[in-house]
Amino acid sequence: MGLRGDVSRFAYSAIAVLLALVIGAVLIGTSGYSVKEAYSNLLMGAFGGVYSLATTVVMSTPLLFTGLAVALAFQCGLFNVGAEGQLYVGALASAVVALALSGLPPAFRVIIALTAGAGAGAALGFLPGYLKAKIGAHEVVTTIMLNYIAISLTTFLVKTYFRDPGPVDQTVLLPPGSRLPELVPGTRVSLGIVIGILAVALLDRVMRRSVLGYEIQAVGQNPHAAEYGGVNVAARTVQAMMISGAVAGLAGSVESMGTLYRFIPYFSPGYGFTGIAVAVIAGKSMWAVIPAAFLFGALQSGGQSMQLFAGIPMELMTMVQGLVILFVAAPALGSMLLKSRSRLSEKGGGRA
Amino acid sequence: MSGFADVVFNINNLTATIRMATPIALAAMGGAFSERSGVVNIGLEGMMLAGAFCGVLGSHFTGSPWLGILLAVAGGGVIGAILAVFAIRLKADHVVTGVGINILASGATTWLMQAIWKRKGATDMVAGLGTWSVPGLRDIPVLGTILGVHSPLVYIGLALIALGWVVMFRTPLGLRIRMTGEHPEAADTVGINVRAVQYFCVILSGCLAGLGGAYLSLAQLNWFSKDMSAGRGYMALAACIFGGWNPLGGLGASFLFSFTDAIQMRMQTAQIPLAVEIIQMIPYILTILILAGAVVRSRPPAALGKHYESGHGR
Repeated sequence: MGLRGDVSRFAYSAIAVLLALVIGAVLIGTSGYSVKEAYSNLLMGAFGGVYSLATTVVMSTPLLFTGLAVALAFQCGLFNVGAEGQLYVGALASAVVALALSGLPPAFRVIIALTAGAGAGAALGFLPGYLKAKIGAHEVVTTIMLNYIAISLTTFLVKTYFRDPGPVDQTVLLPPGSRLPELVPGTRVSLGIVIGILAVALLDRVMRRSVLGYEIQAVGQNPHAAEYGGVNVAARTVQAMMISGAVAGLAGSVESMGTLYRFIPYFSPGYGFTGIAVAVIAGKSMWAVIPAAFLFGALQSGGQSMQLFAGIPMELMTMVQGLVILFVAAPALGSMLLKSRSRLSEKGGGRA
Repeated sequence: MSGFADVVFNINNLTATIRMATPIALAAMGGAFSERSGVVNIGLEGMMLAGAFCGVLGSHFTGSPWLGILLAVAGGGVIGAILAVFAIRLKADHVVTGVGINILASGATTWLMQAIWKRKGATDMVAGLGTWSVPGLRDIPVLGTILGVHSPLVYIGLALIALGWVVMFRTPLGLRIRMTGEHPEAADTVGINVRAVQYFCVILSGCLAGLGGAYLSLAQLNWFSKDMSAGRGYMALAACIFGGWNPLGGLGASFLFSFTDAIQMRMQTAQIPLAVEIIQMIPYILTILILAGAVVRSRPPAALGKHYESGHGR
């Protein structure tokens, strides 16, 4: 897909987001809230000032990883709904390793802890990949089941083995040397965002320049043709799920090491699921994940201040996300709407 | 660990199994109809959630749980219609659409709950369905304990599932549905309206999943709480696949899932020395294991997930 294709896809995605926000406005209005108050808070909360922008970046960071994870699996024709669970195991693995290595120099600690998070995510990605490749079990169902398992398992592990002696079920706070360094002092914008952009650049290169990436895409486009052409479809499927899981695991790592500074059970407000929306909007381009993640980060941070200052429930943003996924999944919607408009004006002149 | 045997081999587990399997089996039958017609249905979760919400909504405003059930069926049907329009008319990817629908349903039900009840976690109590105690059946030893006293929806659900099996495998309509999912071109050639069959099946799947959802809110709890379907729609999809896209097979699979769930719940109350989180994982682990074992034997409808374009031009 060339640049033009990306641009028109992005234009269409922007229209989809606008359409979803218009429907959101209708919902806000009919529920008796002020649309103007709601959306001005949304806008200010997302972009109004340094603190708001920093919050948007902080919220975009995990979405950058989960979006990238889902987008990468899409390239292989796989739908990784399990980013949420992979994020949890990644977050816990990184927190535990970062705590355990407090004797090492900080750079080593951080690198090893990040690797542990990616490894844990990859391990959780392996299972659905293997079941899909060897048995044909649908990855959507297996990854969803693994989400529940991962969330329960990490909670269990924290409660039983890694619990802070205080009253709350969580790990102890990471010492400063085990954290991802702050990028903008005074905010929680950490090195995580840079790692995310590097991950995008790396995976874009892998997908477009390497044999592995080429074969993964071949499997995604037509597994039978790929098999016939000598591609090991089963191996590429497992590898794609593992890479996807590793990236989603890193989403958890940057949360526990760069934002929360500890692992807290049930910490994610659904970053893995929002990552699906990010990936659907980004489409085939890895680079497009960056603006898409930023968009949903903005919706999230803006939605929070909308809830705080205008009293409008965050669930509105959940609905907007769902609508965006639906609209972007159906490019025919745009042309249908255009057609029905021209049909109305021409009085039945269109094609049936 | 003598308590362990008491927990597993307890007749009340079977009663609970029937109770908990009903909503999953209804949604699984919905999945079977939808997928037999060629439309992948990941949206069962959202349809159940919509049904659970609409059931409470109807009961709240009319005072009649039965009108609530009707609204739940309608609400699930509306979500089914949304999936149908996107997946069939607009040729959107079925799985992506289904996931979008689930996120939308989760947000919409919670939003409406807050708008109507001004509560964040759960609605007020509404009039529930209560239970039926079947004369004759309830007096039979063992069987009476398992089947004799249940929500009316259990009996209605079981009857619907039997009816669904007859429709799917013993009527011309069922043949048309199966042909549509196997070979839409051939179905079109012999004069079957492929799109009409698919619309019918997907909307029906929404109605059935909605009914299953209403069971959660009007037969088990008598209120709605945020995301109360809690993955049952996905389990229903797994049950549908494990059951070979067959309403009765789906019922059997639902029994199996619910049996582990029943044991899980009994283990929690019986203070078995095992962490709650570990016990809670059991049904999900079992679903994966079963799915891993089952797919080898069953084969999905040949044209599942494909978009059909009548005629060869365009």
